[in-house]
Amino acid sequence: MAEQLPGVALLAVPVVVGALAVLAGSADAVLSARAAGRPVRAAVTAPLREGARLLVQQPRRVPGADLLLVRAGLLTLVAAAGLAALVVPVGGRAVSDSSIGLVWFNAADVAVWVAFWSIGWGSNSSWGLVGGYRFLAQALAYELPHMFALVAVATAAGSLRLSDVVAAQQGLWFGVWMPVAFAAYLLAVLGLSAWGPFGRPVGPEVAGGLGVELAGVDRGLLHAGRGALLAVGAAMAVPLFLGGGAGPWLPPALWWLVKTLVVLGVLVGLGRLGPAVRVERFTEQAWLWWVPATLLQALVVAVVVL
Amino acid sequence: MTAGWVTATLFWVCALGSVATGFAVFRVSSMARATMALLVSFALAAGAVVLLQLGYLAVVVVLMMIMEMAVMAVFMLMYMMNPAGLMPMQMYHNKSVAMSASVGTFVVLAAGILAAPWPARAGSPPTDPTLELGLALMGSKMLVMVMIGIAMFATIVGSVVLATDRGRYDRLGDDLDAPRTDDPVPGGVGR
Repeated sequence: MAEQLPGVALLAVPVVVGALAVLAGSADAVLSARAAGRPVRAAVTAPLREGARLLVQQPRRVPGADLLLVRAGLLTLVAAAGLAALVVPVGGRAVSDSSIGLVWFNAADVAVWVAFWSIGWGSNSSWGLVGGYRFLAQALAYELPHMFALVAVATAAGSLRLSDVVAAQQGLWFGVWMPVAFAAYLLAVLGLSAWGPFGRPVGPEVAGGLGVELAGVDRGLLHAGRGALLAVGAAMAVPLFLGGGAGPWLPPALWWLVKTLVVLGVLVGLGRLGPAVRVERFTEQAWLWWVPATLLQALVVAVVVL
Repeated sequence: MTAGWVTATLFWVCALGSVATGFAVFRVSSMARATMALLVSFALAAGAVVLLQLGYLAVVVVLMMIMEMAVMAVFMLMYMMNPAGLMPMQMYHNKSVAMSASVGTFVVLAAGILAAPWPARAGSPPTDPTLELGLALMGSKMLVMVMIGIAMFATIVGSVVLATDRGRYDRLGDDLDAPRTDDPVPGGVGR
């Protein structure tokens, strides 16, 4: 049974999530600098320098933009990552070890839907609008496999409480005996943070899509939110599929960190390796391959558990 | 447990906020804002459900409503006479009748709630309401839920079949033997 962290740990959530998000951004910048033959050392601090630049950048507004919707969307994006992080157990202790942690996490990552859509819509730009609708189409494709992956985990653990999920993996990690669910989960994390191959909603061929009209702090929030979502997705993969803080020698919290960094590295690396995913193709693949595959995975898990 | 006044304050914030944002749906002039106002209204209603110690139901309400509003946004673009809904528009027609009907319904229902002689609580709440909900759905009400599930699925399939303008004969030819489907946009599984 995991304990709750003291309330003051709430303050650490943005720090930890922010640090992981910056790390993901740095890794991505380093990899693209290396691929392009630019100096790697400068790329390490690129996300921080870009953040500082955006903080002092002049705001730029499009006439007729719905600023209320854009700002609400940006705040929802960042808040969703923070709210999802509340239930992630770090070395057996979470800020909130809620009895409905898994559904809470799912609801937080679904909040991203309206966040991205509001940003795209409110920017009063056709590229922004295309970005928003690309994200919705992508979300409609990755969400069901993602949900069935979470269902498989909850079925195997017999609980929606994340400490129970971790406890249920003492024999064998879920990632080992439900590889399809694990793969669908990782795919969905890339999808919900519009990262790497799933970055078409902010893609260059639509001039930056969702972010095309955003400048200054607004633009910073969009990319910080995406990084934070990727980071929380990686951090959540550890209790869901990789046995939480289980491991020899090191304390559980350190094991959690090591595994989170490995997952984050895999996600960022996959993001560089994979080809850009075209939404209309991925939709068909998701519904014809991933939905049946994850349903079968959930069935297998249910039969094994029974 | 939290103090009584905290619960009372939260309840009134959620209740008044939910009604206010629900009303805002008909006051804002943009479909996007109306959609989001409706979403906030549902989320605040879910806040009231949390106060009933039904956290699972509340989170599921928020989750479903977000997805529903997002899907509604997709349909908004597909079917509205106003392309992309970007032009300001009203969310209701026949203003006076619509407004008096909706406000009247609210007043009648609220009066009913206040006037009805509510029975005293019998028994005590279960320790795990989520488990009880699952047992209720999958236990004694299983047959009903399965029937509703089949009916809803049949409705979805039926409406898609009726709505689609390209069936399998358009895609695979009259004898369904075309080696590749004839699609305006190629799909992703190599057919």
